[in-house]
Amino acid sequence: MAVTPQLKLDAPKLRADFPIFEQLIHGKPLAFLDSAVTAQKPRQVLDAVRNFYETSYANVHRGVYTLSERATEAYEGARSTVARFLNASSSREIVFTRSATESLNLVAYAWALWNLRPGDVVVVTELDHHSNFVPWQFMARKTGATLRMIPVDDSGELDFSELEAFAADGNVKLVAAGLVSNSLGTINPIEHLASWAHDQGALMVVDAAQAAPHRRIDVQTLGADFLALSAHKLCGPTSVGALWARRELLEEMEPFNLGGHMIRKVSYEETTWGDVPGKFEAGTQPSAEAVGFGAAIEYLEAVGMESIEQHEQELAAYALDRLAEIPGITLYGPPAERRAGIVSFNVDGIHPHDVSQVLDWEGIAIRAGHHCCQPLMRKLGVTATNRASFYLYTVPDEIDRLVDGLVKVKEKLG
Amino acid sequence: MSEFDSLYREVILDHYKNPRGHGVIEGADASAEGQNPLCGDEVAIYVALGEDGETIDEVKFSGRGCAISQAATSMLTEMVQGRKAHDIATMPRDDLLEEIGIPLTPIRLKCALLGLGVLKVALHKAKGTPLPDEWAGLADELDFGTN
Repeated sequence: MAVTPQLKLDAPKLRADFPIFEQLIHGKPLAFLDSAVTAQKPRQVLDAVRNFYETSYANVHRGVYTLSERATEAYEGARSTVARFLNASSSREIVFTRSATESLNLVAYAWALWNLRPGDVVVVTELDHHSNFVPWQFMARKTGATLRMIPVDDSGELDFSELEAFAADGNVKLVAAGLVSNSLGTINPIEHLASWAHDQGALMVVDAAQAAPHRRIDVQTLGADFLALSAHKLCGPTSVGALWARRELLEEMEPFNLGGHMIRKVSYEETTWGDVPGKFEAGTQPSAEAVGFGAAIEYLEAVGMESIEQHEQELAAYALDRLAEIPGITLYGPPAERRAGIVSFNVDGIHPHDVSQVLDWEGIAIRAGHHCCQPLMRKLGVTATNRASFYLYTVPDEIDRLVDGLVKVKEKLG
Repeated sequence: MSEFDSLYREVILDHYKNPRGHGVIEGADASAEGQNPLCGDEVAIYVALGEDGETIDEVKFSGRGCAISQAATSMLTEMVQGRKAHDIATMPRDDLLEEIGIPLTPIRLKCALLGLGVLKVALHKAKGTPLPDEWAGLADELDFGTN
């Protein structure tokens, strides 16, 4: 097989695809350094959604008329695109959901609730987003299973030294971890953890919401049994996400939402379920959003996932170097080579809200808060951090502006 | 006036850098703690009442927060000193916002009002003072936050 040369990504050129950058914020060009929370949308995605509504819109899987068939074809085409993006063996393994959060809740309600019992152990991590923590804490409490948490070490990486002790606590049934930390950018060794989980006879749930936009994912080699992602973080629309799961798991599971489309036959006495993935897609689906999801993936693939990953890694390394030049900045998380394009930090004595407020007046958008990771914040001994995060449209000049802005913050509030 | 100067007024920066009433009252007559679920900021409020059981003799606060929440809570401790618990329970939030006197977006409004909400909850718990609907939601949030 020929090796494709890795092309360097041209961020200034890609920026022109994103209408949001055409405006000024407080009279300054927008430096959007909060792509970890959600990504901006290129014209190609906006046009795909508009085109679907203008030419092909009807409810999917309903009518036999032309428009309904066109809509169904576009919706199912998007499913195939997601399947190809994740290297799933079949598009039947892709369930469209409202978000990565809903994908994880689907696993919680349709698998964990039915399969966990007292004596079982559910393993989560201290690094994870609340969406991959709270459902497991809740289901453990509801089923009487034991919840155990993999701690993070001082560099913000998972510390696996207690895994054997967790196994001694009972029957490990489920392990849940994120592929990339939304808070610190840590890239977790999921293959290693999944292999341990499978040795215990447990299933591996992977939250890939923060990974899918930034690096290639291959569900056939990762070792996950369930994997959740959302469209909005990868330049797609809001309100649509996907769950990938091994087909036999989806076949065995009970449904999650109940209603239209997910049935095979309904009578007063009994209802039987439709085939996967329809069994999990009750009600009118976010079809236009799914079409936008597919268009976003095609946009990313045209840029090249490897180029995106390399670009963000360079930006993270640059940001870590530049931020370290400022006295009184505390940086959190692992070294640049083991993190995605996310940099969390604090400015001594100045609350993140105030940092981000002053930066906003410079046209710079960063996140200030706990990033839905309160267990991690507690470990770091803070209630909140500042977080700058990068994407394919981020240019080094924006990091320079961040550094200049932080110097100004310190002058004003330090 | 620059955007910075209109939000971070001199008086706000003064209260932020030299907060009044910062600390803890051991054996307080009323106390509550809460957090802003948006940012994880925490504040605890302690009240010492006079012999009549009504007059606020002293208010202290502890916790971590942004300049706006710290300054607003600091100003609040000065505002309520010597007033009746019942008056504070029914004090409209605009009284505090006028005192703070800065333009606040809906998100920063939560920062500014956290201390007042926690104080009202503290008085409600200790004295059974009314807690209007506007603050009852906060009481639920606070209960959730402190569990």
